[in-house]
Amino acid sequence: MTPDAHIPDGPLKDKWTHYKNHAKIISPANKRKFKILIVGSGLAGGSAAATLGEQGYDIECFCYQDSPRRAHSIAAQGGINAAKNYQNDGDSAYRLFYDTVKGGDFRSRESNVHRLAEVSNAIIDQCVAQGVPFAREYGGLLGNRSFGGAQVSRTFYARGQTGQQLLLGTYQALSAQIGTGKVKMFPRTEMLDLVLVDGHAKGIVVRDMVTGEIRSHAGDAVLLCTGGYGNVFYLSTNAKGCNVTATWRAYKRGAFFANPCYTQIHPTCIPVSGDYQSKLTLMSESLRNDGRVWAPKRKEDCAKAPQDIPEEDRDYYLERKYPSFGNLAPRDISSRSAKEICDEGRGVGPTGLGVYLDFADAIKRLGRDVVEERYSNLFEMYHNITGENAYERPMRIYPAVHYTMGGLWVDYNLMSNIPGLHVLGEANFSDHGANRLGASALMQGLADGYFVIPYTLGNYLTSQFGKKRPETTDPAFQEVEKEVRERTAALLAVKGTRSVDSFHRELGMLLWDKCGMARDKAGLEEAIARLPKLREEFWKDVRVLGVGENLNESLEKAGRVADFLEFGELMCRDALARDESCGGHFRIDHQTPDGEALRDDENFSHVAAWQYQGPNAVPTRNEEPLVYEEVKLATRSYK
Amino acid sequence: MNFTLRVWRQDGPETAGRFEEYPARNIPDEASFLEMLDLVNEDLIGKGIEPVEFDHDCREGICGTCSLTIDGVPHGPGRGTTCQLYMRSFREGEVIVIEPFRATPFPILRDLTVDRGAFDTIIQSGGFISERSGSAPDANAVPIPKTIADLAMDAASCIGCGACAAACPNSSAMLFVGAKVSHLGLLPQGKPEKNRRALSMVRSMDEAGFGNCSNYYACEAVCPASIPASFIASLNRQYAVAAAKETVGATL
Ligand SMILES: Cc1cc2nc3c(=O)[nH]c(=O)nc-3n(C[C@H](O)[C@H](O)[C@H](O)COP(=O)(O)OP(=O)(O)OC[C@H]3O[C@@H](n4cnc5c(N)ncnc54)[C@H](O)[C@@H]3O)c2cc1C
Ligand code: SF4
Ligand code: FES
Repeated sequence: MTPDAHIPDGPLKDKWTHYKNHAKIISPANKRKFKILIVGSGLAGGSAAATLGEQGYDIECFCYQDSPRRAHSIAAQGGINAAKNYQNDGDSAYRLFYDTVKGGDFRSRESNVHRLAEVSNAIIDQCVAQGVPFAREYGGLLGNRSFGGAQVSRTFYARGQTGQQLLLGTYQALSAQIGTGKVKMFPRTEMLDLVLVDGHAKGIVVRDMVTGEIRSHAGDAVLLCTGGYGNVFYLSTNAKGCNVTATWRAYKRGAFFANPCYTQIHPTCIPVSGDYQSKLTLMSESLRNDGRVWAPKRKEDCAKAPQDIPEEDRDYYLERKYPSFGNLAPRDISSRSAKEICDEGRGVGPTGLGVYLDFADAIKRLGRDVVEERYSNLFEMYHNITGENAYERPMRIYPAVHYTMGGLWVDYNLMSNIPGLHVLGEANFSDHGANRLGASALMQGLADGYFVIPYTLGNYLTSQFGKKRPETTDPAFQEVEKEVRERTAALLAVKGTRSVDSFHRELGMLLWDKCGMARDKAGLEEAIARLPKLREEFWKDVRVLGVGENLNESLEKAGRVADFLEFGELMCRDALARDESCGGHFRIDHQTPDGEALRDDENFSHVAAWQYQGPNAVPTRNEEPLVYEEVKLATRSYK
Repeated sequence: MNFTLRVWRQDGPETAGRFEEYPARNIPDEASFLEMLDLVNEDLIGKGIEPVEFDHDCREGICGTCSLTIDGVPHGPGRGTTCQLYMRSFREGEVIVIEPFRATPFPILRDLTVDRGAFDTIIQSGGFISERSGSAPDANAVPIPKTIADLAMDAASCIGCGACAAACPNSSAMLFVGAKVSHLGLLPQGKPEKNRRALSMVRSMDEAGFGNCSNYYACEAVCPASIPASFIASLNRQYAVAAAKETVGATL
């Protein structure tokens, strides 16, 4: 089956304008009658809830944190892109579009990416109007910096806390709507399943994480804005609570999961130091604007202090291999290069899994105060975690799981193949192809919520005029609620010997090993064979103490890990079926002689949209062909 | 490293709490405080004791979720959040007392987890700039002097953790409110609602049961975002101006 992306007709540059001009409009009196359930309060969910609430819809919004202000968007450091061309360096919406398609290694949908680039400018206007304190120049105008994979300065930022400031803007807009009563907010509430009525998404089943109550909410449409699934690897730069549960449950109810194997490994994170570790910390990519990445040329030098290694014995490998992009080479390429260096035995630090990111030249060139002004919070964070001073000694960095390009399949309207189920932000698959460029996830989250869904939701809702919203007492709801209760009870009933975390760690290690930065057929097959056993062991031996009717984090984690254990297999299946390398999906059996990703456009220029077929059945792999009207497929080169 | 933990345990909002003592053994000195608790919890699970519940999420000092009072100090020794505290700052063999953030408007939910919903309510009362999506002028239409933008950013850095209120003998939330009122009030976009905002946020804060500021500065000392107490002074000024205008019936 080929999913239909519902891409509007007409030339690429006019599609969105044309769409908006002809979009179905719902009158204010009718908007009030529609109830929309929005799961997630990050940039995507928060901006959607604020905007749709303001437009007059009746909104219920859910998040698992204790406040919508704490969604993981808060942690984004580096910045947000827009094609403002304020620096007059030749930027344009077209260029942003092109860079994003190329950065995604020609595996994203042209029409969606073009729309993203088109609305990017309005996002900055919107944020400034909300009081987001972006960095400014002395003249009072907005400042910009360049970011990985781009040769223009189009990134807006607020110190090293861009995500925090954008999310607080969104949170405040959302709070205003909560204050007026248009949005009802449910914090500490976890969505555990999706309810379909006559094939349409009409509700969700949630668990109140304080009282343990399991209950249903009914609506006219459901928006999943639940973020990425990077935590399937256990160690990642994501927050501890980030999960795949909402999207995975939707998948099991029939929504297609697209490109699950496209995961992004970020090149600049603080290296792992031991197995007590619970998460990895990102050092913003913006550091690569001024920091130079290097490793010793000779293995013998690795144990030496970096200052004792003379210039001529250092290998500034990104500058050497990619002279035109140098330290700003895209993430997938930089990460892989670091791995190669360490595989050759030239890694530094106690584990040998690290390379240097050196600011000595920048401090010489700009002065320490400028470097401090740009990055002080990151240097502090680094110091805090490692006890080292990066003004005096280069940082040690290593790649870590960071972002997931894959997600639920959506069409141009951001609607999945399940009518009424819309998916926004990192939770969908739509804009970043096989590799996301820096500073473009924040852009996508806000584009989806502020500027796309307010127009496209009407397309579905107008088809629902005159249909009565189901009640949570309907059998469809009762059925799903019952399943959720049984599952929760089953987790508590195992009473085994191993903690949830120990299973999560084991899963993470297996996936990092077999489905991480480099993948091959044999390894993926091995993982696919081992995962069912790990699942079985989990359901036989996991130990979840306490009861369901109380705050119980082990129980929450157990539900998430149970889903990760299933999802991990789909990820491996996707990586196995995609018999090519592209972007972050690097199959060592498909590389050019100099070690770059080797795409197979003839056979794989498509989106893989996986369809659930039942508990023990192999899922179906559907294909949505990617048709390029504007961009010519080329070998991605950053040399 | 090895420590003895004295941890506050409380089954639910309505039940009485108590301290329990747990050993923390073989903790790497590069572990964070929360990782130390993870290890202790693994131990407890092994022994069939329910793990200690505590709030956390980003574990990188930005989301404001983590909220432990360590040896009587919200977020413990040092300047950052609980999650950014590392075990190397403790002495071998030390007894560490761990409690939730304590402030009347933050009821305990379980063990070390509290409900800080009152902060959300305060923001909902006026901690925003009213602006409709899609109606904004060009972002560079109104230049903002860098010094003002920087100061607004200082104020905007508040992570909403609640340590200020937990540290304050009066459970005052003035640092939190002062930071938001200053952030938005400093910017040209936030000026039109400046007076209304100050009044409603302060009133909402009072209603939630937060106390007054009597200049202890305990808040400033524990704030992981280094929000200076000078923002409390600007809040007081703004509130006084707004209240005076309100009394004489000036439109706010
Ligand atoms: C450390 C870090 C730095 C980054 N830096 C940048 C950057 O500089 N620039 C950039 O463009 N991008 C960056 N990114 C990526 C970007 O931050 C994210 O992709 C983006 O913020 C995701 O937004 P979102 O709204 O889709 O999801 P999130 O912000 O993750 O929000 C998810 C929401 O869903 C809720 N939720 C999840 N599951 C459930 C459930 N089962 N039930 C109920 N609620 C649920 C959560 O509570 C939350 O409210 C960074 C990411 C990380 C991790
Ligand atoms: S002012 Fe400081 S202590 Fe208070 S909530 Fe904000 S960040 Fe936390
Ligand atoms: S867990 Fe996010 S600030 Fe500590």
